[in-house]
This record gives sequence, C-alpha cells and structure tokens, in this order.
Amino acid sequence: MSAAALQLVDLHKRFGVTPIIRGVNLDVKQGERHAIIGPNGAGKSTLFHLVSGRFPVTSGQVLLKGESITGLAPFQINRRGLARSFQVTNIFPRLSVFENIRCGVLWSLGYRYAFWRLVERARDARERTNFILEQINLTARRDVPAGVLSYAEQRALEIGITIAGGADVIMLDEPTAGMSRSETEHAVALIKRVTEGKTLIIVEHDMSVVFGLADRISVLVYGQVIATDTPPGIRANAAVQEAYLGAPAAQAEHG
Amino acid sequence: MSAVIQRGGVLTPWLVAAAVVIVLPYIFSSGSSLTMMSLMGFAIVFALSYNMLLGQTGMLSFGHAVYYGLGGFMTAHALNVIGAGKWPIPLPLLPLVGGLAGLSFAILFGWVSTKRAGTAFSMISLGIGELVAACSLILRGFFGGEGGISTSRTSTLRLFGINFGPQIQVYYLIAAWCLLCMAAMYAFTRTPLGRMCNAVRDNPERAEFVGYSTQMVRFIAFCVSGFFAGVAGGLAAIHYEIVTASVVGAGPSGSVLLMAYIGGISFFIGPVIGAVLMTALQISLSDYTGAWMLYVGLMFVLVVMFAPAGLGGLLLMHRPLLAAGTWRRVLPAYALALVPASLLFVGGVLLVETSHHLLVKASEGSAMRVLWIPYDAKSPAAWAGILALLGAGLLALKHIGPKVADAFHGARLEATSKLSAP
Repeated sequence: MSAAALQLVDLHKRFGVTPIIRGVNLDVKQGERHAIIGPNGAGKSTLFHLVSGRFPVTSGQVLLKGESITGLAPFQINRRGLARSFQVTNIFPRLSVFENIRCGVLWSLGYRYAFWRLVERARDARERTNFILEQINLTARRDVPAGVLSYAEQRALEIGITIAGGADVIMLDEPTAGMSRSETEHAVALIKRVTEGKTLIIVEHDMSVVFGLADRISVLVYGQVIATDTPPGIRANAAVQEAYLGAPAAQAEHG
Repeated sequence: MSAVIQRGGVLTPWLVAAAVVIVLPYIFSSGSSLTMMSLMGFAIVFALSYNMLLGQTGMLSFGHAVYYGLGGFMTAHALNVIGAGKWPIPLPLLPLVGGLAGLSFAILFGWVSTKRAGTAFSMISLGIGELVAACSLILRGFFGGEGGISTSRTSTLRLFGINFGPQIQVYYLIAAWCLLCMAAMYAFTRTPLGRMCNAVRDNPERAEFVGYSTQMVRFIAFCVSGFFAGVAGGLAAIHYEIVTASVVGAGPSGSVLLMAYIGGISFFIGPVIGAVLMTALQISLSDYTGAWMLYVGLMFVLVVMFAPAGLGGLLLMHRPLLAAGTWRRVLPAYALALVPASLLFVGGVLLVETSHHLLVKASEGSAMRVLWIPYDAKSPAAWAGILALLGAGLLALKHIGPKVADAFHGARLEATSKLSAP
C-alpha cells in the first residue's frame, strides 16, 4: 500500500484560452472505490480523458502506481493497467457481444498483433471471455451483434469491455446514466462484483449510487477539487453543500 | 455459427472450391474462356487483398494498384534476370517475388499513409498512387517507358517437363496461387489481428482503450494487403508476359474498388463475386459494346444506392430463408419482379446503345442494330419505344417493388421464428 493507485499532481487543461481543469490534485488509494461528483460542466469527463490519455494535458502530472503516464497514448496507458468506460456507449457495434469482450481480452493475454495463429484456438482468451460474459450476465446474448442490444445491455457490455483486460485501475464514466431504477440497482451490483479487489474511480450523477458505492468522494467544481472525504464527511461539508448538494437546480436536474 | 463451421469441417468449402477449379477447364475449354478464368484468378486475389483494407479495417484506398503494379514489374524483372542467368528457380515461385515487392513498398508507403485514418488516409493513398504513376513515366529503366517490360515465362527452370507455354498450365498455376491466397486471407480474418482490424473499423477510439495502437493495426493490415496485391500483380505479369506503366495507375486502383464494392465488402466472399463478375463483364461486354464502362459504372451506382451490402450481401440475405425452407414463398414475387427488371433492362440498354451510337459513332450514320435488329437511331419511333419501355418499367417497379419486399420480409420473419424455436 505504498504508492497511490492513481495520483494527479497540479493537473491543468485549457482548450484554447478556456481553462477547464484548473489545478487538480487527487490521490486515489489502492483498492478504494473513489467517486468524483460535481455539477454539469465541472470537468469530470475531461478529467477522465486526461487521465486515460484521450486528451493531452496542458500541465501537471498523472502518476499510475507511482509511475508517470503523462503524455502517453491511450493504448500505452491501458497496457499499464488502467481501463476506462465511456459516458456515451462506446462499443464495437458490428461485432458480436462475444467478440466485443474478446477484443478487450486479447492484448492482456499476450496475443498482441498476432496474425500467424487462429483466434478460435486461443483457449485462454475464450475462457476469459466466457467468464466475463457470465459476470455481466450477457452469456445468452453472446452471438448477437452488439449494436442491437438494449441500452442497459450495451451499458453492461461497456463495463465488460472495460474490465476484460484485467486492469487493476478501473475508471467508469457515468455507468448508470439513462437507466431506470431497477436497471441502476443491477448495474451497481454488477460494478461492485466486477471491481472486487480493484481500484475504482467513478463519475456519477446519481447520488444514491455514489453514497452507496464509494469509500471516498471528491467534489469537482469549476475545474478544481473542493473537497475529498468519506461519504458522511462530504455530506457534512459546508463548502460542498453550498457549491453542489445545496443547489436546488443541480438536485432537480440529476435527482 | 462458428462452432457449426468448426464441426462441419473447415476444409469442406475449400475442397469443393479446389474441385471446381480443377474441373472448370474441362467444361470451358476454349482458349478465350481459359484466358478469362486466368484473369479472374488474379482479380480475385487483388480484390480480396483490397478488401482487407476496405471491408475489414475500414480503410478506403485509392491507390492499391501501386502494390499490384510494382509486384508485377518486379516479377517481370525477376523473370528476365532468372531467364538470362539460367538460375535454377522454377516459375511457380515467381509470384512470391511480386508479393515481397508489394510488401516492401507497402511497408515504405504504408508507414506514411497509415499514420492517418479516414479521409486523410484516402487522400494520402491517392497522392502516393499519383506519385508512382508519375514516376512510371519518368523512370524508363524500371518501368520500360510506353512499351513496358516484356518477359517470357517459358525460360525458367522446368520441373516435370512443364514449361508453362500453354495457357492451361498457366491457368492451373494461377488457380493454385489463387486458392492458396484465398485460404491465407480467410485465415487472416480469424486471427487476433484480423479481429482487431474489425474492431478498428467499427470503433478506432475504443480499440485504443483496450490496448491496441490503431496505427499499428492499420499498418500491419496494410502490409499484408500489399503482399497479396503484389502476388496478384506477379500472376498478372506471368499471364500477360508484359507489364506496362498503366497497371500502377488510377484505372486499376478504381476498378479494384468497384470489384470489391459491387461484390460486397462486408463478406469475405463478396470481392470474389465482384472480381468474377467484373472480369466476365469486362471481357464479354467489351466484345459487344463500346459503352461497357458505362454499364459497369451504372451497376456500381445502382449497388451503392440500392444494395449497399453488394451482390454478395443480396445473396447471403437469403441464407436464413434457405435454412428454414421458406425460400419458396418468395419465388412468385421474384418471378413477378422479372417484369419491371426486364423492361428497365431492355429500355436501359437501348437508351445507352442508341445514345452511344449517335454520340460516338456519328460518322457511321444513324442506321444501327442491336442484337441483329436494325433500326434508325434518329427515328422518333425508336425513341418513343425506349421511353415507353422505361416508363412501363418504372411504373411496374412502383407496383411490384413493395410486394417483393413484403414477400421477402414475410419469409424472413417466418424463417427467424422457425430457426429460433427449438
């Protein structure tokens, strides 16, 4: 438990002259479930994009397990054990559900760019894929093209692809967005199940999900973390109440 | 699906294909049909190699003939060197030279062009195509200027007394390479990289987030594709015994795109269908009409507009109907569809031929014939007849078209419910 799983040091991001992330410092401990909340436009998704390598950072450092991953490409960051999901479903629509998961599995099992061996013969990849399908409850839909799945199923697949490579730091961007009450409950149970023993960083608008799931919560407002604390601590924090939870507009919009 | 194929024997379709390829020359034994089948052989390899990019990896290349053509030139040069030096290398190995040439140039040019995807990749491929085409007119030593590079396939080491003089021997050489390449390219689609190509095609962003560099996936796919294009070019060089600068140009780059697209880029078999059909059309139509390119172009437009999955897609659409036995239900509707189809076909052909005669062969006067039926291209009666045919065809299509679609969807619905029920 020496180094933090993920550490952000004075992270800045500007689009042109517009500052979006304005000096974020954050430590996520190994094995904790860490939620990031904040009003719309606070920069939560941008923060995810910076950490996962989708956007280049303007200044500052991102450390994964003590090593800098600042400026690396997404695939390099993924190979170092950080996987993320997307707020807008981001799957391989024409491939079957099974192949979607298998694409997430292949690199981690060392298949790399192999074109001299048949993928059907890759028994470990098949077994791992079947195991993931079992975990996300999509075994019955394995041969269906991912594009025709229902919304909730696609969200589950999104999580499945993310965890498929066995990364130990998992970042989920609003995994329950647009779900009904019962679908959300299923999704939370699924997230708890598949991130057992891993580090989870989650952006979420649904407060019941956040307070039910997270060990610690960080509140991002206008590109800065104004508080990081346990759920009771966040609930009691006056600055947070003022900036976010207390704002009736934000409550109504996301509740 | 995949389990069924595995148990049913992966080899069966290939054995059938091999048997067909062996038997074909006994059925179509004339010299011209042997030539046509040889052309089909390397067209298939070329079209499949192209579809590794377009259909499998989602890369639209406008310059694929570069690798085909350079493979052809290298094969011709190698043949000349081998023939002059009496090196003990038999002809059947020569397409490998073409393949390695295609691979080498694909590594060189692909390293640049695969840094980008989408439109930028297409534009770079177009630029490289133009660049090589321009070089082909400047570097006369390598490309042979306007006369091209001539060679002789009979001057290599003979094995078992086969000198590859007769076309039938060349046919079997091309057929063997064609089958080998088809099998290899099919196997490629079922490798980890082949699957990641599909993933990169579907969603390059997500592929980056599961550990794959999309640039590397595109690059390797491009190189493998260049290799097979080079093999096709080598086979073409062996067949024609001459390679001219036009093979690296925009013409073949465009026609391979047409082949793959008309056949259907979403299915492995699509480009094979496209290559066979286009080669047959090219050879047989050009005997009958000077406007054959127009027909091919029209067919491409029709496929893009009404059957974006290609002709292969149209055929494979009927697979569940065949499996469930509901295909008989669509036959009456399809027979009915022949009415507008034949009206439009005859009207369209007459329109093209008559216009072609008036515009291109104006010096020959207005008397012309289509299928031994003479008529005057300027007579109002002829034009009235053409317009009547087209009008009646469109009218019939408007009435019958929806019925055909209904019949198909009904049969497919029944088929899926039958197949999903145990």
